[in-house]
Amino acid sequence: MKKKTIYEIKGLYRDSFRITGFEFGKGKKSLCIVGSMRGNEVQQLYCCSQLVKKFKQLEEEGRISEGIKILIIPCCNPYSMNTQKRFWTIDNTDINRMFPGYDLGETTQRIADGIFSQIKDYEYGIQFTSFYMPGDFIPHVRLMDEGYSDVVTALKFGLPYVVKRTVRPYDTATLNYNWQVWNTKAYSLYTSTTSRIDKKSAGQAVLSILRFCKSLGFVKYQENGDHPSKVISDKELISVRTAKSGIFEPLVKVGDSVEEGTPLAEIINPYDGLVMETLYAPKNGTLFFMHSDPITYAETGVIKMI
Amino acid sequence: MIKTVAEVALPVDEVLRIKKRRIMPDGSDDASKRISIVTGIHGDELEGQYVCFELARRIEENKKCLKGIVDIYPAMNPLGIDSITRGIPAFDLDMNRIFPGNSEGNMTELLAANILKDVAGSDVVLDIHASNIYLTEIPQIRINRLHKEELIPLAEHCNVDFVWVHEASTVLESTFAYSLNSTGTPCLVVEMGVGMRITKEYGDQLVDGIFSLMHSLGMWIGKTKTPRKSIVSENVEDVCFLNAAAGGLFIPDVKHWEKLKRRDRIGRIIDPLSGQVLQNVESPVDGILFTIREYPIVDEGSLIGRLLKKEVMAV
Repeated sequence: MKKKTIYEIKGLYRDSFRITGFEFGKGKKSLCIVGSMRGNEVQQLYCCSQLVKKFKQLEEEGRISEGIKILIIPCCNPYSMNTQKRFWTIDNTDINRMFPGYDLGETTQRIADGIFSQIKDYEYGIQFTSFYMPGDFIPHVRLMDEGYSDVVTALKFGLPYVVKRTVRPYDTATLNYNWQVWNTKAYSLYTSTTSRIDKKSAGQAVLSILRFCKSLGFVKYQENGDHPSKVISDKELISVRTAKSGIFEPLVKVGDSVEEGTPLAEIINPYDGLVMETLYAPKNGTLFFMHSDPITYAETGVIKMI
Repeated sequence: MIKTVAEVALPVDEVLRIKKRRIMPDGSDDASKRISIVTGIHGDELEGQYVCFELARRIEENKKCLKGIVDIYPAMNPLGIDSITRGIPAFDLDMNRIFPGNSEGNMTELLAANILKDVAGSDVVLDIHASNIYLTEIPQIRINRLHKEELIPLAEHCNVDFVWVHEASTVLESTFAYSLNSTGTPCLVVEMGVGMRITKEYGDQLVDGIFSLMHSLGMWIGKTKTPRKSIVSENVEDVCFLNAAAGGLFIPDVKHWEKLKRRDRIGRIIDPLSGQVLQNVESPVDGILFTIREYPIVDEGSLIGRLLKKEVMAV
C-alpha cells in the first residue's frame, strides 16, 4: 500500500487541506474508488476505510493481479467533515458540482481539478455518493443512461439493483459524468445511509466491490453463490408523496415487500398528535427509499417503491 | 393588489406563501404590457428589496403616467431571506437550479413551477441578484449568449454600467432566467452590490433604468433619465479573473469601478499570525475593476476580482 497526497492547499489558521489516496498494486490504472465528497458523508468514508483495510490485506497476501493498480480516496473534503458542514466551509459550494475542475479557478474548482487530474485516466471509477434528501436506500449501483458506462459491467457488483438514471443539466458538473467524458466507466454506489454508519450495508458494499474486482480479474478472491441484480430505470420508481407537512412516522422499512394498500407512513399533527395523513402503498412492491427525518414537508416524495 | 402565487403548509403552524404585488394604471383599461420585477431567489441577496420598494413608491407618486401592469415579486425564497440562507433552508437546494420546476414534483419544484407559470408571458422580466456575501458587483446585466439578440437592446435601457454576455452552460439551464428566455419570456439577470447589504445608490440607479425600460415599452409616459451608456462585453477574453494565490486575509488598496494600469496593486493577502504579506495582488492588464472581494478571508483560489480590459471600455 502506498499512501499519497492527491491534492493539498494551505489553510490560514487550519492545518493544510489534504486529500489522501491509497494505492494498491502496480501497473495499469485500473480502478479508482472515491468516498465522501460532502462533509456529512460518513457512511461513504466508512465504506472506503473498510476497503482500504481489505485491499491492504489482499496486497499483503499477493492477491492483487499483476499489472493492476487500484486507487482509493476515502475523503475528498476533510475540511467540511471536520466542521460537520455538507459543503465547502467558506463559500458553501459543492465539490461534486465543479468537475472537471479548473486549476486557475475558484477553490472548489481547483480541488475538483486536483482530484480529477489524478483519477481521470482510470479504466473504471466507483464513487460512493449520497442523495440530496435525508433518507435510507436499498444498496444499489447507479449509472447514467447516456454515458460510457454499461449495464453489463454494473451487474458485476451483484447488488440487488442497478438503476439507470436520466441525465439532468446539473449532472454535467459531477465526477461521474466527467469520468465518462474521459472514457472511464463510472458507477455510483448507494449504501443505506449517509450521515450515520450502517455496518451491514457497508459490508454489502465492500463485498460488491470485491465481487466486481474478481469478475474483472483485478483480484483473486473466493466467493460463493449467485448475486442477481434487477435493472431498473429511475423513471420506473414509484414515488409516494405527502399532501401534508408534519411529523413523519414510518410504519415499514426499506427493503420490505408490501402489498397494495399497506400503510407505509403517517403524518402526525405536531400539536395534537392526530394522524393528518396515512400514506399507502399504491401497488405491490419493495420499499426502495424512505425519508429519514422526523419532520416532512408537503408535496414531498418521501418513499420510493419498486 | 397583493396576491399569493404559490403556497404550501409547513410542518409546524406556518404556511409558506410567495406573494406578488400588482400595480395597475388607475381607471384605465390600457394595460396590455406587463413588466415583472423578481428578486430574492437567493435568500442572502437583499439589493432587490430596496428596488421593489422604491419602484412602487415612485410609480404611486405619478400613477397617471403608468400605462401597463407592474408585477413585483420581492421574495421568491422567503425562508431563505428570513434565515440569511442563500438556498432553500431544510432542502439545502439552490432555488436557482430547480427551474422550470415540476407541478407533480416535490415541494420546491412545485413552488418553482407555480412561480414560473405566474411570471411567464410578461413583456420583460428583471431577475435582480446581489452577487453573494463574498463579492461586490458594479450594477450589471448578465445575458446568456443564446438570447443576446433579444436581450441586449432591452438591457441597454436599464442604466447599468456593464452588460456581460456570457457563454452558454448546460448547468445554467436550470435557472429561472434560462427557463423564461427559452420559452419566449425575455428575462434580464441583474447583478449588483453585495450579499446581506443594501447599496441605496445602486438601487436608485437601477430604478431609474427600470423607468427608462418601461418608457421604451410604452408603459410609462412620465419623465425618465437618459440611461447611461453601458459597456457591452461579448468576448470571453474581455474579462480577467483574479484568484487568490494563497489563503489569508485580503486587504484592498483600490475602490470598486476604479480604472487600473497593468501592475497596479489591487490589494494584499496577508497572514495576521506571521505578519507576512502572502501575495501582492496586481492588475494583469489595463482595465477597470467591476467585481471586488468584499469578504476578507480567502482560500487559495478564492475570487478577488474581475477586470474588464481597457480595450472594451473604449468601444
